[in-house]
Amino acid sequence: MSGLQSHSPTFSPPSLRPDLSVIADLIPAGVRLLDLGCGNGELLDFLVHQKQVRGRGIELSEQGVLACVRRGLTVRQGNLEEGLADYPDNSFDYVVLSQTLPFLDDPAMILREMLRVGQKGVISFPNWGYWRCRLELLLHGRVPHAPDLPQSWYEPPRWQALTVSDFIALSQDLNVRLLDEVYMAAGKRSPRTWLKNLLATTAVYVLAA
Amino acid sequence: MTPATSVGIVHTQYFTFAEKEPFRLESGATLSPVTLAYETYGTLNSDRSNAILICHALSGSAHAAGCHAPDDEKAGWWDDCIGPGKAFDTDRYFVICSNVLGSCYGSTGPTETNPATGKPYGLQLPVVTIGDMVRAQVRLIDYLGIDQLFCVAGGSMGGMQVLEWAAHHTHRLKAAIPLATTGRHSPMLIALSEVGRQAIYADPHWQNGDYYDKSQKPDAGLAVARMVGHITYLSDESMNLKFGRRLQDREKFGYEFQTEFQVESYLKYNGNNFTRRFDANSYLYVTKAMDYFDLTEPTGTLAGSFVHSADIKYLVVSFTSDWLYPTYHSKELVTALTAVNADVTFLDIESTWGHDAFLLEVDTMTKLLRSFLDRLWIEENGRPLPKIDSTKPRALEAGQ
Repeated sequence: MSGLQSHSPTFSPPSLRPDLSVIADLIPAGVRLLDLGCGNGELLDFLVHQKQVRGRGIELSEQGVLACVRRGLTVRQGNLEEGLADYPDNSFDYVVLSQTLPFLDDPAMILREMLRVGQKGVISFPNWGYWRCRLELLLHGRVPHAPDLPQSWYEPPRWQALTVSDFIALSQDLNVRLLDEVYMAAGKRSPRTWLKNLLATTAVYVLAA
Repeated sequence: MTPATSVGIVHTQYFTFAEKEPFRLESGATLSPVTLAYETYGTLNSDRSNAILICHALSGSAHAAGCHAPDDEKAGWWDDCIGPGKAFDTDRYFVICSNVLGSCYGSTGPTETNPATGKPYGLQLPVVTIGDMVRAQVRLIDYLGIDQLFCVAGGSMGGMQVLEWAAHHTHRLKAAIPLATTGRHSPMLIALSEVGRQAIYADPHWQNGDYYDKSQKPDAGLAVARMVGHITYLSDESMNLKFGRRLQDREKFGYEFQTEFQVESYLKYNGNNFTRRFDANSYLYVTKAMDYFDLTEPTGTLAGSFVHSADIKYLVVSFTSDWLYPTYHSKELVTALTAVNADVTFLDIESTWGHDAFLLEVDTMTKLLRSFLDRLWIEENGRPLPKIDSTKPRALEAGQ
């Protein structure tokens, strides 16, 4: 796994959400890309219009799809399972799943599907292994809020907490290779990868089958 | 005075072809000559690249926008979406709508004169298909001097024509917008069509379609067919909202077989109204055309029909409460178009209005359609499509 130093200088705009900006920097220009759960199209908009990516999106909400179409993007409404199933193998160079992993019913299946329809996957997720989360559970006995997903356990949509270590274990179970990793804390890239499960609030991985 | 968002006073025009060389139909039968009624709104630009063809549904006509006379009570059937600043912005696009073959609004159909007999065709008119309707439209587009339409759009049966254009006249359009439609008429749809047709056959005034010189027409049958239609255009929820169990013009039940509920009154009114504006034989022809529509033929799959149509940009739209053309029909289209690697945007618009939603969800549709068309124009031309100054002399006059 290569560290942060290998990345080209940031050229995504400061207005892009910090984790999206990290993802944008991991994506080479001009590739074919599918954004799963693309929301209002912030990331796709940047990639399509600034990095000449041939992008597609899948988004569940009507508001999200309308916002994406307004940005001039090609997006289909629906859930990820259905959407992914429609694409032939290797339809994309990259498939992106940003901050959506905790909400999936069947994360392992989505991961396999991502690497079926795409050569590489890029996944970002909030890390409940972060030290404050651990302290919250230890000291207060409460289910912790992940700093990058400040949503109570009872608020929809339902989520499942996971940690950096959990994700690495899953990737090993699925024989998925982690090609690149970026860790973030408080919206900034963390300069090192040691103690990542303790210090990262969001982890970003590039994966391949 | 017409409002600034209206295309104003418009006139239906007529295009006749196949006078010498007969028009061959899918069934193998021929038709000569063939006339299409059509209307146009807006101005064709100098390179003829801003034309949008609008396809109408079962009972529609070429009169899609504006009014025929200043005192018209109703504007064209899609006036909400066609006009200056609307979804199909006539300040920028040249919008065409033509009446389908087999209909009764000026195009060749059972009510028009059969040159062989000098009397209305009636059932002597060969059965037509969606494919035939579209091939006739292609002739109109040729006549208007347009090589490639910027977009073809329509809902319901109009959507079938859109898909037919995309599948079989691939190079004649850049974008396709099929709304609330299907690539294949389902058995439920065929069944509902057949109930309508049976109501017409059962009317003693139908006379095997030979009623044009009689004092009475099969109005009762046609009205029942329309009532069934209206039920299928609504939804359980929209009927609850629109009518509830409210009574019409009375406080309590009369315990008699009169029109009592508001929903009954609505159906009766619309059924009767329809007999004044539509022809029973045309109803047979047009519903039959829809029933034959199946883009899984001849390859066995929907994707098979779109293999060569992947360069077209698609906007597929369904509506959550549409049980006539439920969302799964549109999803099947999206699946097929995705399989052939086409650029397809899909939205299932949240609506309580049932199938009618494609005419009623104007705000969402306007946002969606305008954004989609704007994007395509910029992708094609590198800049937004400017408003056309219609006060300047036109560079080219259509059809000359």
